[in-house]
Amino acid sequence: MAAHLKKRVYEEFSKVVQIPHEEAPAKKLRLSKPSKSAALHVDLCKATNSTDALQYLLQFARKPVEAESVEGVIRILLEHYYKENDNSVRLKIASLLGLLSKTRGFSPDCIFDDAINTLSNENSHQVLAQLLGTLLVIGTQLPESPAVRLRLTEVACKHLSDTHFGVRNKCLQLLGGLGVADAPLLKDGEGSSSSSGAVREVQTIISDYFADQDPRVRTAALKAMLQLHERGMKIHQIIYEQACRLLSDDYEQVRSAAVQMVWVLSQLYPESIVPIPSSNEEIRLVDDAFGKISHMVSDGSWTVRVQAAKTLGSMLQVSPHFLEQTLDKKLMSDLRRKRTAHERAKELFASGEFSSGRKWADDAPKEKLDTNTVSLIASGACGAFVHGLEDEMFEVRIAAVEALCQLACSSPSFAEKCLDFLVDMFNDEIEEVRLQSIHVLREISTHITLREDQLDTVLAVLEDSSRDIREALHELLCYTNVSTKECIQLALLELLKNLNKYPTDRNSVWKCLKFLGSRHPTLVLPLVPELLSTHPYFDTPEPDMDDPAYIAVLVLVFNAAKSCPTMPALFSDHTFRHYAYLRDSLSHLVPPLRLPGRKQVYSLDSVDSDAGSGSVESAQLFLQQSLHRVSTIQNLETPGGQDLLDFTIRDLQRLGELQTELAGAADFCATYLRCQLLLMKALQEKLWNTAVPLCLKQNVTATAAAQQIVEETYKLEFLYSGLENRQVATIHHVRLQAKALQLILTARTRQGLDPLVSSEKFLQEVESFQRQFLPELPHLQDSFAEKLLELMPRLSSCKPVELVKILQATLRQSGVPQLRLPERIHRATATIIEPTGESDNPLRFTTGLVLALDIDATLEHVQNPQNTVKVQVLYPDGQSHVIHPKPADFRNPGPDRHRLITQVYLSHSAWTEPSQIEVRLLLAYSSASSSPSKSMTGWSDSFDGPPPPEPAVEGTIPFSKAVKVYIMPKPARR
Amino acid sequence: MPEIKVTPLGAGQDVGRSCILVSIGGKNIMLDCGMHMGYNDDRRFPDFSYVTQNGRLTDFLDCVIISHFHLDHCGALPYMSEMVGYDGPIYMTHPTKAICPILLEDFRKITVDKKGETNFFTSQMIKDCMKKVVPLNLHQTVQVDDELEIKAYYAGHVLGAAMVYIKVGSESVVYTGDYNMTPDRHLGAAWIDKCRPDILISESTYATTIRDSKRCRERDFLKKVHESIERGGKVLIPVFALGRAQELCILLETFWERMNLKAPIYFSTGMTEKANHYYKLFITWTNQKIRKTFVQRNMFEFKHIKAFDRSYADNPGPMVVFATPGMLHAGQSLQIFKKWAGNEKNMVIMPGYCVQGTIGHKILNGQRKLEMEGRATLDVKLQVEYMSFSAHADAKGIMQLIRMAEPRNMLLVHGEAAKMEFLKGKIEQEFSIDCYMPANGETVTVKTNPSVPVDMSVNLLKREMALGGPLPDPKKPRSMHGTLIMKESSLKLVSSEQALKELGLNEHQLRFTCRVPLQDPHSDSETLHRIYTHLKSLLKGYTIQHLPDGTVMVESIVIKVSSSAEDANAKILLLSWSYQDEDLGSFLSSVLKKGLPKM
Repeated sequence: MAAHLKKRVYEEFSKVVQIPHEEAPAKKLRLSKPSKSAALHVDLCKATNSTDALQYLLQFARKPVEAESVEGVIRILLEHYYKENDNSVRLKIASLLGLLSKTRGFSPDCIFDDAINTLSNENSHQVLAQLLGTLLVIGTQLPESPAVRLRLTEVACKHLSDTHFGVRNKCLQLLGGLGVADAPLLKDGEGSSSSSGAVREVQTIISDYFADQDPRVRTAALKAMLQLHERGMKIHQIIYEQACRLLSDDYEQVRSAAVQMVWVLSQLYPESIVPIPSSNEEIRLVDDAFGKISHMVSDGSWTVRVQAAKTLGSMLQVSPHFLEQTLDKKLMSDLRRKRTAHERAKELFASGEFSSGRKWADDAPKEKLDTNTVSLIASGACGAFVHGLEDEMFEVRIAAVEALCQLACSSPSFAEKCLDFLVDMFNDEIEEVRLQSIHVLREISTHITLREDQLDTVLAVLEDSSRDIREALHELLCYTNVSTKECIQLALLELLKNLNKYPTDRNSVWKCLKFLGSRHPTLVLPLVPELLSTHPYFDTPEPDMDDPAYIAVLVLVFNAAKSCPTMPALFSDHTFRHYAYLRDSLSHLVPPLRLPGRKQVYSLDSVDSDAGSGSVESAQLFLQQSLHRVSTIQNLETPGGQDLLDFTIRDLQRLGELQTELAGAADFCATYLRCQLLLMKALQEKLWNTAVPLCLKQNVTATAAAQQIVEETYKLEFLYSGLENRQVATIHHVRLQAKALQLILTARTRQGLDPLVSSEKFLQEVESFQRQFLPELPHLQDSFAEKLLELMPRLSSCKPVELVKILQATLRQSGVPQLRLPERIHRATATIIEPTGESDNPLRFTTGLVLALDIDATLEHVQNPQNTVKVQVLYPDGQSHVIHPKPADFRNPGPDRHRLITQVYLSHSAWTEPSQIEVRLLLAYSSASSSPSKSMTGWSDSFDGPPPPEPAVEGTIPFSKAVKVYIMPKPARR
Repeated sequence: MPEIKVTPLGAGQDVGRSCILVSIGGKNIMLDCGMHMGYNDDRRFPDFSYVTQNGRLTDFLDCVIISHFHLDHCGALPYMSEMVGYDGPIYMTHPTKAICPILLEDFRKITVDKKGETNFFTSQMIKDCMKKVVPLNLHQTVQVDDELEIKAYYAGHVLGAAMVYIKVGSESVVYTGDYNMTPDRHLGAAWIDKCRPDILISESTYATTIRDSKRCRERDFLKKVHESIERGGKVLIPVFALGRAQELCILLETFWERMNLKAPIYFSTGMTEKANHYYKLFITWTNQKIRKTFVQRNMFEFKHIKAFDRSYADNPGPMVVFATPGMLHAGQSLQIFKKWAGNEKNMVIMPGYCVQGTIGHKILNGQRKLEMEGRATLDVKLQVEYMSFSAHADAKGIMQLIRMAEPRNMLLVHGEAAKMEFLKGKIEQEFSIDCYMPANGETVTVKTNPSVPVDMSVNLLKREMALGGPLPDPKKPRSMHGTLIMKESSLKLVSSEQALKELGLNEHQLRFTCRVPLQDPHSDSETLHRIYTHLKSLLKGYTIQHLPDGTVMVESIVIKVSSSAEDANAKILLLSWSYQDEDLGSFLSSVLKKGLPKM
């Protein structure tokens, strides 16, 4: 009874605890409110001169002010503002007003009028500008209201004629940020004529300042116009001409803004017609704008050049005729037309002879040019990209390459044309540019077929010492179409050379050849005898199976053979044997082949190859059926349920192995079902009815199971990408069940934690579950959670013992919620390529110093690997280190694929023998980051709300196989 | 009318011995002082007697500016300063100042020691001459004297090449020297701001050429070298010691680095090492890539390029050798060439133009058997390649520079006359500005229209401000009344009252009177009234008064009517106005001459 009473007390106390916890900050606020403003007031009154006052203000600005006291503070500041004579102090006050009105939770409408009033008798230009800036802040804080906007527009217009550039700047900003379109014009047009004069069209007002004498004001006017556009106002076409004039402004910031303006207009009115000055022709506006912006690519200022080059990329509506001019730079030499090197290369190629190099005067000009037709200042787009790609600043070059990419993606004919230029960029002096151009070429490679001479240039880069470049190039070759069998041979030759020079590129080269083979089966076919060095009469020696170069050739041939049934006839005996070996050892590179006369292989492989695309669907069907079958299990005590689960899990695992497309989904289901199975087993122990002291042993297994389920649920939640909220709810549900199980077990053993605390925690978890997954609850019918939530009112008031009993019963009766699979679900995987773990030579290093271990791994389906992927190093003595790789170590070679190339520093005290350490990759997770609770609960005052009920669980999941590395720290020699 | 005079002493419709005299705002400036490579007689140097027959040049020149260190731009400098005599300042950029004496000394050695010329400048003269040099920094405005200021802009071309902006008062001239608008492996592109000079004096070496992309040429060059090295061949690249040689070094060095190649690269001659040292120092003058990476590694500290020794030429295995001189006419490059010419695996790459008669020119034209001295013949089996790497702006580049600087007049030098003619036409057509191309000794005179700054009294300004217009717009001209006082070379604009006061003069009123005959049957007063109503309807916004004393006042113009004695209908109108109202007055008289409208 005493114990019972005590519990009651605790219970009540625990309820009380929450309330003061929530109210505590509120109380503090009330206390601080008067003190804050009062203190400021006192300080400002104390200030004898302006320097002091400024000091006080500066100090004051460092501390945050609560939303409630902002208004008071502002009143005091305003009061001082009127008294103050010193400009700098007034300026500071004005800027403080702006800062304060940004305080969260404070609505500045109460000070709006006051702020406007301050403008009326201000003489200092700087202060005026600052006040206008403050108004802009206030205006943006206030909700959309036409009256306020109108008022601010009027204010801005009034001060636009100020002589100081800063004031005009701010006015234009105000107009741009808050100016209202023609709505006031219509309303006031007839009404009060006085204000209609002030409220002209905002755009006309702003465009008047395009011709201001101060470049800063001109820039501000252009920016304001751009902002109007961003706010969804339609910019008039009249502006176009004015903006074009500003393209030749003396000041770079004006030109830069003008480029943007012209671009915006070209996107708004692409099809309207503009006249060409000095002739009576007319062209489309977008073409005209394109020409003008192209012109800016040879501007004097590199920032403008970057801007222009970037902008060009997004002008996709431009007509192809103009587009192709950007790559055209008419060459002439002594007034005679000369062909470009590109053209010459093409011609040589067409004539059958490969470029043997340039001879003295082989670029001798051919036709005589008419001097009148040569246009030196290229009108319009001429040669814009030629200039951009040759620019001095690599920023411009990169921008030009990117723009080329965008334009080429939308126009295949342009892609064809820009190929030569992109290939030239492979030779840039800055690696970034080279890399970027390789990537770009990859992106547009669907449109193009490489000529032999182009391929030759591309392949020359394979010898680059930078790994990134080489790999990007391999990636490019995977997607490239080539035209002749010579090309294939050339590519193979260069790749083998590369392999020879950089053996670490093995995997990448093989993969590259795989795609090359499967893309060009017909081109590979005539090469096969040569590649496999077969002879019609003589047996040739059997090549070494471990030679990476030989494997590379085989990969190429086998992949080509897949879609070329006549090829296997050319294979010699050992080739078939090697095929069988490679098919097993490198199954991801070697496709299943239908080989004649090899019944075994044929029948085995036919499962895979016959089914083809259909197999995915049938596997999908199988998956669905399995899940459906499982769903017949009513609750965790259904007889035979365990066996069914066992079988299904086994089926799914096998399915995952067979069907790589469904591996993620199958794995996910299997893991989920395993959780259920574990739960079922734990509950079905007969222990529940036996007395407490007897079941200690069984308890251990159940506890372990519960623990394992919790861990598995984290894996389910964080290891798989493509989960929807519904699946997350299901996972959380399982976790809840596991937690319940844990609670029951602790309650029964009564060891460790106070059951009161843990039950309290459990209830909180249930609540947060409910909050988080409210929309998902209907899907969880008849489940544990639903039943629990029904009983919730009772649970929260009852005693722990009772709670445990209820839980136990619910747990056992609840059904298995059916798992619905999302469209695409992928398991995050990681493979460590380097170190391979095969080396028998220990890496030796002196103790106390560090050993840098190169790690090279591919990650698939990992979102945001920069934050989540860690490297773990396990030493034989049980020490473990977790290393966070630098964000720059992650590369992104393709969608959903990442590559980690990093160095891990190891160090240890001396060992007598070399020993192995384990290296593996971990996926770090944190439940706080993933839970969508914050947005859904709708707490407006989240910044000082109660702490989240569920403390963030952080942990790591190992998601790669551990690789063993042999190391040997030697004792330091003295 | 003030004018700027430009006289090329050299490089007028010609390439070589650049030397241009400019007279601007009473200052005389010599731009560049080069020698001509093609001559060995007096025509080698500019004709300084044009400036003064005898005696020193110091009195006639305010300063000398050297654009870059090539001998055709600075070769005559010691001759001019020491032998002809000039003690004034010589301006050049820091790298030019550092490298120039090396080249001059080399030039002197060749002419005096090898060719045995006498009456040539000595080493001491070069030193003395360099003492007169004042170094320039980029974009630094240097005040030569109170009125003359100069400013250097980056020109690409070679290390330290500069364009100069020369300004006296509001007149200005830009001289480009040699420049390059496309960046290369070690230098950036020329750049100038919109300085709107009165004359832009530009080189025009490639006036009729539009060049191909640099990348193609680079790629070709690298590919050829690479292929030859892979075959195990030796590659000879004859170069002149400075400029292109460094560019090619950088190109090969980075390529070796990128491709992980091991074959050695050698660079001959000691002079180059000295020059390379300066390239290392003047990193700020190089291009973006070198500037940005020099903290990790100075690109001119070559890792793969080593000094050449004569014995290395016989070493087995592949190698690349840079050797001087560039046209294979003598020296080390020729020796190596002779050694390697017999093997078809080897290769020689000519990176520049070769003068007729040199071995370089012969082999480029496909000659396979060369006659050497002593009747020996040399079979040329090695491959011969030509790669042009030139660092002058092409026609497009010149136009681009004009667009950047927006000059009022254009003047072309340093190019061939026929090619200039073409470019001149293009410039006049595209920019509609005058373009000149004087020959040597020919003077071009350009009239300028300099703005004369005048002090304006504040009172007058305020009064004018009050009259109208919300903002003073400096871009729009505005007329105003005032009195200009010129006193001791200072100009002042004051109101007329103040001027009178200052000069102690009395004000005189000047009135125009005019009689207009008018046929009007009405009485005088009625006519006057009709005039009044007529003008009232005509001139809106003016104050028109009908005074009781029988006059009509329009502003300050008085109109009276008197009828002649003989004909009552013929009236004479008397108009009188002060000269300030001249406009209105003459307008009124013309209106009244037309007569009054019929009632």
